[in-house]
Amino acid sequence: MSSTNETIKTRLIEKFGDQVSHFEEPYGLLTFEAPKEMNLKVMQFLYDDAELRFQFLTDLTAVNYPEKQGRELAVVYHLHNLADNIRIRFKVFTDINTPEIFTATQLYASANWMERETFDFFGVKFVGHPNLKRILNVDEMTYFPLLKQYPLEDQTRIDKDDAMFGR
Amino acid sequence: MSRPVRFNVHPILADTKDSISMVDMPQGHIGEGFFATKLSDVVGLARKNSMWPLPFATSCCGIEFMATAASHYDLARFGAERMGFSPRQCDLLMVMGTIAKKMGPILKQVYLQMAEPRWVMAVGACASSGGIFDTYSVLQGIDQVIPVDVYVPGCPPRPEAILDGFIKIQDLVGEERLRRRSSEKYQQLLNSYGIQ
Repeated sequence: MSSTNETIKTRLIEKFGDQVSHFEEPYGLLTFEAPKEMNLKVMQFLYDDAELRFQFLTDLTAVNYPEKQGRELAVVYHLHNLADNIRIRFKVFTDINTPEIFTATQLYASANWMERETFDFFGVKFVGHPNLKRILNVDEMTYFPLLKQYPLEDQTRIDKDDAMFGR
Repeated sequence: MSRPVRFNVHPILADTKDSISMVDMPQGHIGEGFFATKLSDVVGLARKNSMWPLPFATSCCGIEFMATAASHYDLARFGAERMGFSPRQCDLLMVMGTIAKKMGPILKQVYLQMAEPRWVMAVGACASSGGIFDTYSVLQGIDQVIPVDVYVPGCPPRPEAILDGFIKIQDLVGEERLRRRSSEKYQQLLNSYGIQ
């Protein structure tokens, strides 16, 4: 019997109670949230449960919400149950001043490079990651370019006219 | 009944009159049985009509370059018959496409591997100035890491524009003084890029 969004939600609430929250289904994709200390426990449950079997990590990224005090960074996991072809989205929020999150590399090997990318662009520090260093940007980069406080444009240019290039 | 056999006994020969271009003779003194001119002119004449380009193509400008080098636009007409894919054999580095900051050191290494004399052509908006990619990850023009001789504008430039840039390079090569590469000014230019 393959599970539906409703049964997955019921299973999660049975197991974790109030800890899992903010259930939504945008475009039919079950999305929920948990405290950041719980991320591994929730994913381990989703991985091991004989019915849920979310054993494939499709995507891992972060989102920066500068206006949300204490919840500036959201780390988003997209999980896939390959046997039943069901996908879910799982988010944890963290304060930007303490961006430490447990690594998922022990659970999903594919998390290795995706966590490095998330660290590279958002500065999320994955505790326990085997090789947490920049992967796409140059090693000399001193900031995390996708945080909203940094402008997109290259700041080293002096020849572009501000009025013409909208700075 | 056997088929009539035709022999092509009157083939039409290709009319090559006025369709072969000859390189002009350099200025000099001509007389009975001798011709005297400057060594730099002769060296320049030889160099500019036998350039060995090294295509460093990373994106759509590279596709335009492929059209330029293919039969329709035919870069070989200008003596650049052979693309070299080793920097050690080439004297013209053609950089075509967006160069990310992470690619910068690699481009510089390719330039360093070329032997003097060497020329660089930045083809397209991205190689010349970063183009539309005014962003944290893209090098804002290759002249931040290596000296450039000719810039070709366009996004991407048409093959005619690339040919025009190539002819500009030929003019530079043909007119170059023999001592330029060992001059103080040239050393200063290289030093400003951190090249010894």
